[in-house]
Amino acid sequence: MDIATHVFSALYQFGDAFAFLVLSACGLAVIFGMMGVINLAHGEFIMCGAYVTAATVHAGLPLPLGILAGTIISALVGVLVELAVIRHLYDRPLDTIVATWGLSLIATQGTLIMVGSTMAGVGTPFGSFQVGDYSYSIYRIVLFCAALGVLAGLYALFNWTRFGVLARATIQVPHMASALGVDTRLIYSLTFACGAGLAGLAGGLYAPTMTLVPTMGATFIMEAFVTVVIGGADVFLGTAPAGGLLAIVKSGMTSWQGQLFGQIGLLVAVIIVVRVLPKGISGFVLRERT
Amino acid sequence: MSGFVSFFRRLEGPQTVGRGPAFWSLFAVVMMIAVAYPLFSDGYTVGNTVYFFVWVFIALSLCLIWGYGGSLSFGQTAFFGIAGYGYGVLTLNFGSAYGFTLVALVAAVAIAALFAALLGYFMFFGRIAGVFLGIVTLAVTLMLERFMAQTAGPEWHIGSARLNGFNGMSAMPPLTIPWPGEPIVLFADVGLYYFVLGLLVFVYLALRILMNSSFGNVIVAIRENPERAEMLGYDVRKYQLITFVIGAVLAGISGVLYTAWGQYITPSSMGMTAAALPLIWVAVGGRSDLTSTVVGTLVVLAAFQALTIYGSQYALVFMGVLLVLTVLIAPNGLVLGTMNWLGRLAARITQRAG
Repeated sequence: MDIATHVFSALYQFGDAFAFLVLSACGLAVIFGMMGVINLAHGEFIMCGAYVTAATVHAGLPLPLGILAGTIISALVGVLVELAVIRHLYDRPLDTIVATWGLSLIATQGTLIMVGSTMAGVGTPFGSFQVGDYSYSIYRIVLFCAALGVLAGLYALFNWTRFGVLARATIQVPHMASALGVDTRLIYSLTFACGAGLAGLAGGLYAPTMTLVPTMGATFIMEAFVTVVIGGADVFLGTAPAGGLLAIVKSGMTSWQGQLFGQIGLLVAVIIVVRVLPKGISGFVLRERT
Repeated sequence: MSGFVSFFRRLEGPQTVGRGPAFWSLFAVVMMIAVAYPLFSDGYTVGNTVYFFVWVFIALSLCLIWGYGGSLSFGQTAFFGIAGYGYGVLTLNFGSAYGFTLVALVAAVAIAALFAALLGYFMFFGRIAGVFLGIVTLAVTLMLERFMAQTAGPEWHIGSARLNGFNGMSAMPPLTIPWPGEPIVLFADVGLYYFVLGLLVFVYLALRILMNSSFGNVIVAIRENPERAEMLGYDVRKYQLITFVIGAVLAGISGVLYTAWGQYITPSSMGMTAAALPLIWVAVGGRSDLTSTVVGTLVVLAAFQALTIYGSQYALVFMGVLLVLTVLIAPNGLVLGTMNWLGRLAARITQRAG
């Protein structure tokens, strides 16, 4: 074991943690940052994406198409949820938490009743490679690249497209945007669908790596929330650096004391960061800039 | 006599629904039925009723923090679990002689309160409010569940009490009251029923007095407009922290009573589903009023148990639907809405008569 293998091992674990945090958080961050709505059913959208991916792969589709299907179905479910519930609660942020929690309960138990307590998984593709004494899964590298790709895609979407400009206008001054002819309701619907779709994408990407159970959303939800709380309202200035910071804490604590201490480290980090930076990293950065 | 009247006056005020002779006569009738109830029922049903009462404390704690204080906390189940485990560890180590179970009750609740004070300090003095408060408390709760669930190995023990991981702790002694001659053991039937009923009435009346005092008014003022309350010279953070700790005490009482009732506690009592249930009771009942919370909790619990006969998964789906519909259609809660409607009706009738 030389230094290089150690460094590679640490980098690999960091990348793995970073991908998990960013992928599970970005859907939540888009919805929270753009609409101020905390979607407690986020984990269930992830579960939906994973289940749809697994089902389509079992039906014979290749994995990338399955992941795409999971993303699209989750986004469609997101549109329905927005129309039926979220739309009526924009002026009551605490009530959206409660309502989405109700939805999460319905989704978890409904899946348990309809699909059963577990679903056959999908094998992890690509195999593994050897560095030093340890072997590493190639798919984890793919996940890391996917996380970077999602961040880049979101940046492009919100900065270079017409939807992005309208969405940012709607967030800054909703009444003004609406007065200038922007259909703000449609923008909110699309933003929610985008967040739900990102959750589905995370579920689809992680479907080959974990057991599919109705409560699998809970595995993601804490990491997602912690990242969004530390990051604050902005996806690029918040979620990405928060993901980086927490990935260091998590991978460091995990390799030192094990999985559980990685999570405890996250929790302690979040409590300390919110005590110092109440508006999260992006709030801090934006305040410095103005 | 005048002392008695002034005591009643302190129980009434703008922050609680129900006042005047009509309400208190109804209260007296309900109390009499509650006291006489074990005479007309069997031990199992009474024990089951105690189980309902046990949950009312945690519902009241959420009512205090969320309904009156305006900060949505998912941490109540964490305090519930901490106090429950605390009671288990203390009684398994020191036994139940000389009324030690009552000491353990107080000590376990104090541990939960201490934990709440620490967590609350970081949150309220960090000015975390609104949705973030909910997320941080939820993260703490889920963390505790995961932590307790992995304590299966023999190395996880406090004194002689094994934590037992996902299976939880069991076989702790029930509450015992020292009595000359033979100590009274409160098994989960008539004995525990009167103990919990007495505690419940005490807590209910004490909370009514607290909420109608100047402290309660400040809490409600902070909920309505934190900036204005601050401008008027109140230290918002301190008031929120005190409310949070009182809430943790109530949730802790629930936890200890639950542990003593069933003589077991498991990590899943701090999980997602466990955290969702008090929210449903309080939201459906009417979060901004103590009486509605108590009534709502008992009604929803009874309905939930009746539905569980057909399968607990279906019952949970129904609870979820109930929660979503309540938030959409009757955000103030069904019981509170009904009580306000009855109040208006009564006022109209008396007006017409007068």
